[in-house]
Amino acid sequence: MNFFLQLAINGVVIGSIYALVALGFVIIYKASGIINFAQGEFLVLGAYVCLAILSSGRVPVVPAFFLTLAFSAVLGVLLERLILRPMIGEPVISVIMVTFGLSNILRAVVQGLWGTDTRPFPALFPSTPVMFGPVPVSQGYLWSLGSVALLLILFSTFFRYSREGIAMRATAFSQQVALSMGISVKRIFALSWSIAAIVSAIGGVLLGSIRGGVDGSLAFLGLKVVPVTILGGLDSIQGAIVGGLIIGVLENLSGGYLDPLLGGGVKEVAPFIALVLILMIRPYGLFGKVHIERV
Amino acid sequence: MRTGEFRTTYAADMAIFETPLARWSLGVFLVLLFLLPLMATNYWMDVVNRICIAVIGAVGLNILTGFTGQVSMGNAAFLAVGAYSTSLMANRWDLPWMVTVPIAGLVTALVGMVFGTPSLRLKGLYLAMATLAAHFIVEFTVVHWESVTGGVNGTSVPAARIFAFALDSDTRLFYLIASIAVALVFFAKNLFRTKVGKAFIAIRDQDISAEVMGVNVYKHKLLSFGVSSFYVGVAGSLLAYQARIISPENFPLSVAIDYLGMIIIGGLGSILGSILGAIFITLLPELLRLLTGALSGALPGLVQLFASLRIGVFGLAIVLFLIFEPDGLAARWHTIKNYWKLYPFSY
Repeated sequence: MNFFLQLAINGVVIGSIYALVALGFVIIYKASGIINFAQGEFLVLGAYVCLAILSSGRVPVVPAFFLTLAFSAVLGVLLERLILRPMIGEPVISVIMVTFGLSNILRAVVQGLWGTDTRPFPALFPSTPVMFGPVPVSQGYLWSLGSVALLLILFSTFFRYSREGIAMRATAFSQQVALSMGISVKRIFALSWSIAAIVSAIGGVLLGSIRGGVDGSLAFLGLKVVPVTILGGLDSIQGAIVGGLIIGVLENLSGGYLDPLLGGGVKEVAPFIALVLILMIRPYGLFGKVHIERV
Repeated sequence: MRTGEFRTTYAADMAIFETPLARWSLGVFLVLLFLLPLMATNYWMDVVNRICIAVIGAVGLNILTGFTGQVSMGNAAFLAVGAYSTSLMANRWDLPWMVTVPIAGLVTALVGMVFGTPSLRLKGLYLAMATLAAHFIVEFTVVHWESVTGGVNGTSVPAARIFAFALDSDTRLFYLIASIAVALVFFAKNLFRTKVGKAFIAIRDQDISAEVMGVNVYKHKLLSFGVSSFYVGVAGSLLAYQARIISPENFPLSVAIDYLGMIIIGGLGSILGSILGAIFITLLPELLRLLTGALSGALPGLVQLFASLRIGVFGLAIVLFLIFEPDGLAARWHTIKNYWKLYPFSY
């Protein structure tokens, strides 16, 4: 039972970070219909930038964190303007490939600047574990779970009540209608890219401090969110959250119980097996808009 | 003198070679291609072989993605299926390449059709994700099915041989790989003059109208997956004979991205484009290596940066092509050709 609980708690924590990154993924998809395969590189870049600011030694943790977010916001706007905007209305394959190209460029930048070795990441949270009944849970986990929950609530209110959030939902509903209501769709696209970059950077910093180190392999998370968003529904924000938690728990449980039988690596492949099943049974996911087309 | 597009018969419209000159220049090119081993070093023959293999794979992917409009990110996985089934047949049952190469193609075609079945329901983005999942599932299988694949350590493949003559160097292997590549390119070129090929294109352009016109969309999508995977499987099989040792490291997701990059940069829906793209993407790291080697005197740090430089330049090439020349190198080639066709009276 303890083993199960430990796995489930780990799953919820990692799942909450998936949810965060998936949120960025879904926001971009909702606004502009683009699938962003560079989301993982945003995460790595965010973690490295935060690390670089911290290790300069002159900036305390909290301002460093906000500097990282500011950097990500600017990066998102720049990339949208330079690379993504010409792609609007192009076929799916071009859009997919341009984000892959982008992810390659960002990876090259990260490798060129910081190399490929794992860099130690300072522990942002105290290391003494908290006992949950019989199960010890590290404080880093609780902090990241708490901050993710806070962020998700923040974004939900943002989309529900703020002017910009409502404009983003309008754009997602119909770009033409949004334009005729005086919403600048271009600004919404830029905004959605910077939000995506920001949430990924937060995910990167949290993950870096939980694991105690950063390297390029964190970018794999960008591919892991594909099953998450499909499970939740590509165009649903609550779906991203629920999907993230489910996939996080699923991969930890299947990894924990099946790895000894199959000899490792189950954790990495389980979300993708789930992905195939979801696509077969319910391609629009749990909360996605049902789009029926028969040929 | 020729003037623009002027055809009076269907046969002329369908012709592969528009002019006798085109036929002759292709003939000269093929002769030169097969004389290449007399001139090139073993290192460059390795590069040329890899180009030929990439051409086969890229043509295969273009049949599916460029001509039928089904995005596939499972190319690396299909290459792996071809390579490992070759190693299995060659090692365990001692079969010659004449048997293993086509059977590896057929096995991959079968696997490709299995992963193509979601295409009945899924389109565009969703199909891309299904094939992405296929990649990770095949990768997992390859790593864990140790009795066949040798797990992470990989497995070796005996040299291909023609009777007693072992094709154990790149120069010798070149004739095998290049002949298969030429034959498959011709098959693909002809495929799109047939009913099946035209059905593929109809599905890409508008699947609903294709269905209305009497094309069985699902059957042809599956067929396209099959033909495409056959090509990729043959490429994987030849890759096994060339590399001689195959391990999961030969087939990461980045290989699938490389192949997609080839058909994007070369030109979607163009056989010539697949060839140009394959040449471009395979030569890119080689030229970069030469360049960094040449500049290493002036900038000593450059050699360490080679790996990231290769990734970055590849990404940049894809992004720039998509923004500035979405139709790829093939379109550029046609523009240049058309300019010279009527030179100096282009208007």
